[in-house]
Amino acid sequence: MYYIDPHIHMVSRTTDDYETLAKMGCVALSEPAFWAGFDRGSVDSFRDYFRQLTETEPKRAAQYGIQHFTWLCINAKEAENVSLSREVIAMIPEFLDRPNVLGIGEIGLNKNTKNEATIFLEHVDLAVRHDQQILIHTPHLEDKYQGTRMILDMLCGDTRIQRHRVLVDHVEEHTIGPVLDAGFWAGMTLYPVTKCTPQRAADMIERFGPERLMANSAGDWGPSKPTAIPDLILELRRRGHSEAAIRRVVYENPRTFFEQSRHFAFVAPENR
Amino acid sequence: MSRTADQVLEQEFLQVRAKILEIAAFFDRLSEGGAVTNEQQLRLLRDGSTILNDGADEKAARVQLLFSRQYESNWREKFGV
Ligand SMILES: [Zn+2]
Repeated sequence: MYYIDPHIHMVSRTTDDYETLAKMGCVALSEPAFWAGFDRGSVDSFRDYFRQLTETEPKRAAQYGIQHFTWLCINAKEAENVSLSREVIAMIPEFLDRPNVLGIGEIGLNKNTKNEATIFLEHVDLAVRHDQQILIHTPHLEDKYQGTRMILDMLCGDTRIQRHRVLVDHVEEHTIGPVLDAGFWAGMTLYPVTKCTPQRAADMIERFGPERLMANSAGDWGPSKPTAIPDLILELRRRGHSEAAIRRVVYENPRTFFEQSRHFAFVAPENR
Repeated sequence: MSRTADQVLEQEFLQVRAKILEIAAFFDRLSEGGAVTNEQQLRLLRDGSTILNDGADEKAARVQLLFSRQYESNWREKFGV
């Protein structure tokens, strides 16, 4: 089955991973900008990172027939540095016309601080002013519920936001309901240890239905599994879901959401 | 499409048996190690395992909320953002 991974950090994966993803049916992916495992020292460091996301990774992906799309921002962890964040936000428009850029992301909260919230709101304003879609990171573990509610407060408090153009990622059992109820898209992240397993993701699909719901691997530099979506496909097949129902979540939903970005020049495999 | 309770039980019995055994062995290791300093953390684990046995639904979401920091709706006023 063909699938799209809507949230995967390929800069921290090997070229062999691209090959494996392609063999498993991945035909496109989207890579939000995130934390590199260390705090970067200057705006130029982000400028180079955005070149990597808009120049290098699309070429690496194309070698295996995978279309690479990306999202730009300074992540929530580094947003604690407000002055650096403002420099990065001012620089982002240099890259918004690059052909694989889908929007602003993954913005969000990490420890739910005042500085993180301040920079989140400034990113949202940037996205609105440039008519960009938004991809959102919600915090992990004990911070997730509080942070997700705070993010929803900020989004719902801005009447300029078109909710169907916002994806809220890393939802789990206690946050998926509020996100979907408010009219946003929701992404479940399949992480091996602390986060959501394919079994629990399948439970949420059965409980909430496929509307505005997708799944991703997050595959980054930490313990993670870039082929987590095929694991979910297998779990859903084992439970007796139809191929069409599975395809909706892992292929059609990401496509429908991304098609709202003017740069999503996706060519389906059957039309290549 | 969702499975019947009988199907779920049949397909997942051994996996869940193993998970319960892991938790039981964890509590054994804990008691053999003497007194615990972080009692609040231990209480969370005990309260979490209680949810598994109560009669109510939404167990996964309730376990998640048990391990979550509180949300206060007036946070924006507090932060001034
Ligand atoms: Zn991410």
